[in-house]
Amino acid sequence: MVYLTRKCEFSASHYYHNPDFTPEENQRIFGKCANLNGHGHNYTLEVTVKGDVNLKTGFVVDLKELKEILNREVIEALDHRHLNKEVPEFLTQIPTTENLAIAIWNRLQSKLNVAKLHRVRVYELPDLFVDFYGEP
Amino acid sequence: MKAHLTRRYIFSASHRLHSDELSESENVATYGKCNNSYGHGHNYALEVTVSGQVNPQTGMVCTLADLDDAVRREVLDRFDHENLNVRKEFADAVPTTENLSTVIFNILKQSFTAAHLERVRLEETMMNSFEYSG
Repeated sequence: MVYLTRKCEFSASHYYHNPDFTPEENQRIFGKCANLNGHGHNYTLEVTVKGDVNLKTGFVVDLKELKEILNREVIEALDHRHLNKEVPEFLTQIPTTENLAIAIWNRLQSKLNVAKLHRVRVYELPDLFVDFYGEP
Repeated sequence: MKAHLTRRYIFSASHRLHSDELSESENVATYGKCNNSYGHGHNYALEVTVSGQVNPQTGMVCTLADLDDAVRREVLDRFDHENLNVRKEFADAVPTTENLSTVIFNILKQSFTAAHLERVRLEETMMNSFEYSG
C-alpha cells in the first residue's frame, strides 16, 4: 500500500453565523469570523489517496486523472467563490474548516474511482488545518 | 462526523542537555554541542491536534479561542522565553524535545477537555520534530 498526496490551492470568502444563536453568542463563539460582511483565505488542500502500485505503470493513481477530478469537483466549485452564498453545502451549514474538509471529502468520494481516498487536509492558515478521514 | 483539528504555535526557550547520571565525558559524547554548559535556545513550533465530532450548531470540533486560551495559559506562558532546565517540570528529567513533548501532552491532557487530545508534535528546528500521542 502506497499513499500519494496532491496539493492544490483555492481562495474563497466566508463568514460564520448561526441564526439560532443570539448576536452575542455568535460573537463569542465565532469571534472575528462572525462579521457578516465576510472575509477570505488562501486555502491549501492536500488530498491523499492510497492503493497498491500498478505493476505496469508504477503508479498508485494516474495523477492526470486525479488532477482533473480535483479541478472539476473542488477547485472550480470553490475557487474565488463566497462559500456561504455560492456553494450548496454551505447554504445550510457553517463553512468552517471542519465542514469544508467534510464537504470536499464527499465531493471527491462520489467521483473518485481511480484510487481510494485516505485523507483530506484543509489549511485555512499556515497555523490552522483540519484532517478528515471519512470517519462517522 | 469526526474531524481532526491542528493548531500551530511558536515559543522560544533555552536548555542544556546534561544528565547527572552520566560522566562529563559521557555527557559530551551523548549530547555534543547541546551539552555546552551555558546552554542554547530554539524557536519551537508546537502543533496540537484535537479530534471529535463536528458540532452541528457551530461546525467546529471545539471553539478555537478555547484551545488557544488553554495552550497560551498552560504551555506558552509557562515555557516561552524561559530556561527549561530551571523549570520544575525538568527537575528530574533532561529537557530533550522528547521529554518536552511528553510534558506538554500531559499538561494539555489535564487542562483541555473540550475535545480529545490526539497528538502533540514539536519541532525543535526545521530539521527535527517529535510526536507524542500518550
